[in-house]
Amino acid sequence: MTISRRTIALAAGGVLLALVPPVAALTNQPFYVDLFRRVMIFALAAVSLDLILGYGGMVSFGHAAYLGIGAYAVGIPAFYGVDNGWLQWGLAIAASALAATVIGAISLRTSGVSFIMITLAFAQMLYYLGISLETYGGDNGMRLSGRSRFGGPLDLREPAIFYYVVLAILVLFLALGNRLVASRFGMVIRAAKSNEPRARAIGFSLFRYKLTAFVIAGGAGGLAGALLANQTEYLTPDFMHWTRSGEIMFMVILGGMGTLFGPVIGAVVLLLLEDVLSALTAHWQIILGPILILVVLFAKRGLFGLLVGAEPRDG
Amino acid sequence: MSITLSLVLEQTLNGLQYGVMLFLMAAGLTLVFGIMNLVNLAHGSLYMVGAYLATAFTEKTGSFVLGVALALPATLLVGVLVEVVALRTLYERDHLDQVLATFGLILFFNELVAIIWGRAAIFTSVPRFLSGHFRILPGLPYPTYRAVIILIGVAVAVLLWVLVTRTRLGMRIRAGASNRTMISALGVDIRLLYTLVFGLGAALAGLAGAMAGPIYSVQPGMGEGILIQVFVVIVIGGIGSIRGAIVGAIVVGMADTLGRAFLKPLLATVISPPAADKAGPALASMSIYLLMAAVLFFRPEGLFPARGCS
Repeated sequence: MTISRRTIALAAGGVLLALVPPVAALTNQPFYVDLFRRVMIFALAAVSLDLILGYGGMVSFGHAAYLGIGAYAVGIPAFYGVDNGWLQWGLAIAASALAATVIGAISLRTSGVSFIMITLAFAQMLYYLGISLETYGGDNGMRLSGRSRFGGPLDLREPAIFYYVVLAILVLFLALGNRLVASRFGMVIRAAKSNEPRARAIGFSLFRYKLTAFVIAGGAGGLAGALLANQTEYLTPDFMHWTRSGEIMFMVILGGMGTLFGPVIGAVVLLLLEDVLSALTAHWQIILGPILILVVLFAKRGLFGLLVGAEPRDG
Repeated sequence: MSITLSLVLEQTLNGLQYGVMLFLMAAGLTLVFGIMNLVNLAHGSLYMVGAYLATAFTEKTGSFVLGVALALPATLLVGVLVEVVALRTLYERDHLDQVLATFGLILFFNELVAIIWGRAAIFTSVPRFLSGHFRILPGLPYPTYRAVIILIGVAVAVLLWVLVTRTRLGMRIRAGASNRTMISALGVDIRLLYTLVFGLGAALAGLAGAMAGPIYSVQPGMGEGILIQVFVVIVIGGIGSIRGAIVGAIVVGMADTLGRAFLKPLLATVISPPAADKAGPALASMSIYLLMAAVLFFRPEGLFPARGCS
């Protein structure tokens, strides 16, 4: 058995990410631990979106909503002095999965532009709900009194430990996603994307499959939100702003949709690009905007496709 | 604050005025969607460009009317430029690509106006000859400027209706919406038609932005809030339908304005006033999305589905 370019690229990527904390410590640049942790958190959100966008063809324009729900699921218990991480993160996943169930159950009745718009509408509703929560900071948001506590050696206040926790979660979710898209369930989802009437004609009740995928993606998005709140130790309704949903979507496209690992690269490249450009000029968005357009117009397959070369893909 | 009849009437007119602005935006967006099948998130940027250009021209010429009159063709030009340079290649792409590429355009335009005019909000005042109030009913004064906006909106709606249903260009637009392959086979230059329609939509968005200047603040990103609401309008009204855009705009304008005005005092009777202060406007903002979700749930095609298929 030959080792494919894909495997090599994945192994190299994993090793590189794992090496960030020691290298940052050696070169005395702790900032990079922070930066790459942030990158991986967004990568988790982007990978979860890719599950429904890339494999299921569900163009959800409201994925940032789950980031917000997850963040509030950490912030609100913390506000009342409950800082148990298992509870907070569990709540983040449960609450966002529940929200995804409701949003999905309604949105999946539509398709095409209506689906894009209705998912956007739900995210906007939650955004304004966040603003209306005066007790929890309203539109200013609120500070987190401290990071989630897990007891024992799992002390998230230690930057490197928090970093490896995030890395572990990302790797686990990628492994889960990898199993999922290759499973019977994943095949049905992909069939629904490539030819819905045909998949229906075979006898699948697609709604349930799509909704399940939607809920899984939502739950993972919520976990990413919980991580993000811990990362910034701050949370605002801006986590749910529609431009944030656009950014996550762009990470998926940039990395290559329907590739699972691509969105990780998309998150790395986009956030590093933002970092570099914003150091160059305050007006970095005037450069990022056209880059985005060019990527959409000309690099349809995404960076992952360029990296690993041609790969048989399902249409 | 008590809710009086005159207040309700005044807020209803404000709702109508906001609805008119939404309609000016929605008309262009829904035409572009119906005919070119393009989801254009950057439509809000054209609104912003219109507002900035009108402000700049007003300052240069010293006349508000002249400023707006110059801003219209200028925004049309910007729209045509955007269409030719960036959007033309997107018509055949799927909606995901269109959403992302036009999202990129938003970033570009927000930064561009920030570079040219700065990030700080610009406040302009209503021109003197429109700054007064006049009495609609005895004891009910209403700002002249807002009334003028309503009148202009109604005039534009009538003109658009005449254009679409009574002229040759309108016939082509309708034909393009129902079957683009057929109309190009009949010898109509479809690319030119697309550019024209896009420019028309841009000019309407520019008009809305130019008139919005003196009421709201002019700042980078000002087009985004209204853009999302305009999408709500066209989804409620039925994508591609002008009639739907009118109805949707009025409904959303009313719901948003009346909700903002009256949810707060209504809530204050239930919860504490400071909490109602914050929750009222937020719930009003949520209400239109709730409305849209409900419409999509019961009528996925919107209230007035456009006829024909593309």
